[in-house]
Amino acid sequence: MQALGIDALFRGSNFLRLLGGLGVTLELSLISVIFSILLGIIFGVIMTFKNPVVKVLSRIYLEIVRIMPQMVLLFVVFFGTTRLFGWNLSAEAACVIVFTFWGTAEMGDLVRGAVTAIPKHQYESSYALGMSKAQTYYHIIVPQTLRRLIPLSINLVTRMIKTTSLVMMIGVVEVLKVSQQIIEANRMTSPNGAFGIYAVVFLLYFIACWPISLLAGHLEKKWSN
Amino acid sequence: MAELLKEELLRIEHLRKAYDNTVVLKDISLTVHKGEVIVVIGPSGCGKSTLLRCINGLEPIQGGKITLRGQEIDGNSKDIAQIRQKLGMVFQNYELFPHKTVLQNIMLAPMKVQKRPKDEVEAQAKQLLERVGLLEKKDSYPRQLSGGQKQRVAIVRALCMNPEMMLFDEVTAALDPEMVREVLDTILELAKAGGTMIIVTHEMSFAKAVSDRVLFLDGGEIVEEAVPEKFFSDPQTERAKRFLRTFEYDAVKHHDI
Repeated sequence: MQALGIDALFRGSNFLRLLGGLGVTLELSLISVIFSILLGIIFGVIMTFKNPVVKVLSRIYLEIVRIMPQMVLLFVVFFGTTRLFGWNLSAEAACVIVFTFWGTAEMGDLVRGAVTAIPKHQYESSYALGMSKAQTYYHIIVPQTLRRLIPLSINLVTRMIKTTSLVMMIGVVEVLKVSQQIIEANRMTSPNGAFGIYAVVFLLYFIACWPISLLAGHLEKKWSN
Repeated sequence: MAELLKEELLRIEHLRKAYDNTVVLKDISLTVHKGEVIVVIGPSGCGKSTLLRCINGLEPIQGGKITLRGQEIDGNSKDIAQIRQKLGMVFQNYELFPHKTVLQNIMLAPMKVQKRPKDEVEAQAKQLLERVGLLEKKDSYPRQLSGGQKQRVAIVRALCMNPEMMLFDEVTAALDPEMVREVLDTILELAKAGGTMIIVTHEMSFAKAVSDRVLFLDGGEIVEEAVPEKFFSDPQTERAKRFLRTFEYDAVKHHDI
């Protein structure tokens, strides 16, 4: 254990602190994911409108999100806007804003894709059977859209959990930051901590994301047509 | 005279359909009686599929009138769903619902639209599946079926609504040649049982065998209308002759002895 530097974890409450950090990571991700999914569904439906102004605006939004590294977005919101507008923004709030901004775009694009992927003939064959518009959406269109959407949005959740590691750059003490602190504080007694502790962090991310990933894969397979 | 005594089911009067400035159907008039099998043929783009879609209220029309037993068919009216129940439509690409099993596909509309009891619908669905030889596939999903099987399920799905009339829109066009037969046999059997139907098809020998009347459509109008024996052996118009010739081939190799 000494050689790997994992022993540092068992000193004092280090391990609990690390778990606490993981808690912060998951909490930030979860809040951002919930906002992203809700806003993303609205944004996705808006993107299916044929209005040219709406099309251009959503295109610009999507491109900004794709081109800007999340770290830059974080810096702009946390350092840039607080300076410019003189408001007080906690690092956590900045984090939720940026990840929701990013997640809404990604989710919206998934929703748009899932809705437009339903062929026109699915609506028509339902109407041809005498089903009303409401019945068609309830029995045919929405279930198929959800089946396409759920596995993809679950993947978005894991991507979001991973990407929140960036927020330590604006001072949020999440799992990666805690692990850094532990490594620094135990540099003398556990010189190999950088290996052991980061390995544990890897495991923690893995434990958090792998089941979600498995679930997405399972649903995708089950619902594939 | 016998024709006149038959019950009139569908009447189309001076139907006109256009997309923006392109006229797809100009002045189509047609009356279909109960038990009649009408085959519509013509070159692609002549408007024959559009005609079927208009009959089912899936396309808005720009002129004329379509009535089923005197009730006007209008895609925007509130009664359209009620009329569509009487018209079974089968599409070129089957369009089964991929997230439902064969049985669920068939039973959905009879239960939700016609509010019939589950037991009765299920019994009928199974009996119809049996008739097309697919009873053992009742719990399969559409992706597990071949094209021909899917199309037969689509036919059963339409039949289970007990429609007064069936509309077949190029139902074999997307199928591999060896699967065409099983689907056409199903339709032939329906025709033999006295079903009323309008069939759009490219299968000439099938058209000849199944129809009571052939409509030849070209450029959005009915160019020729005749009983099949007459139409296929002795077409009256130049356009019909030219169209029928496209199905014949001249030998290019000379098999000299």
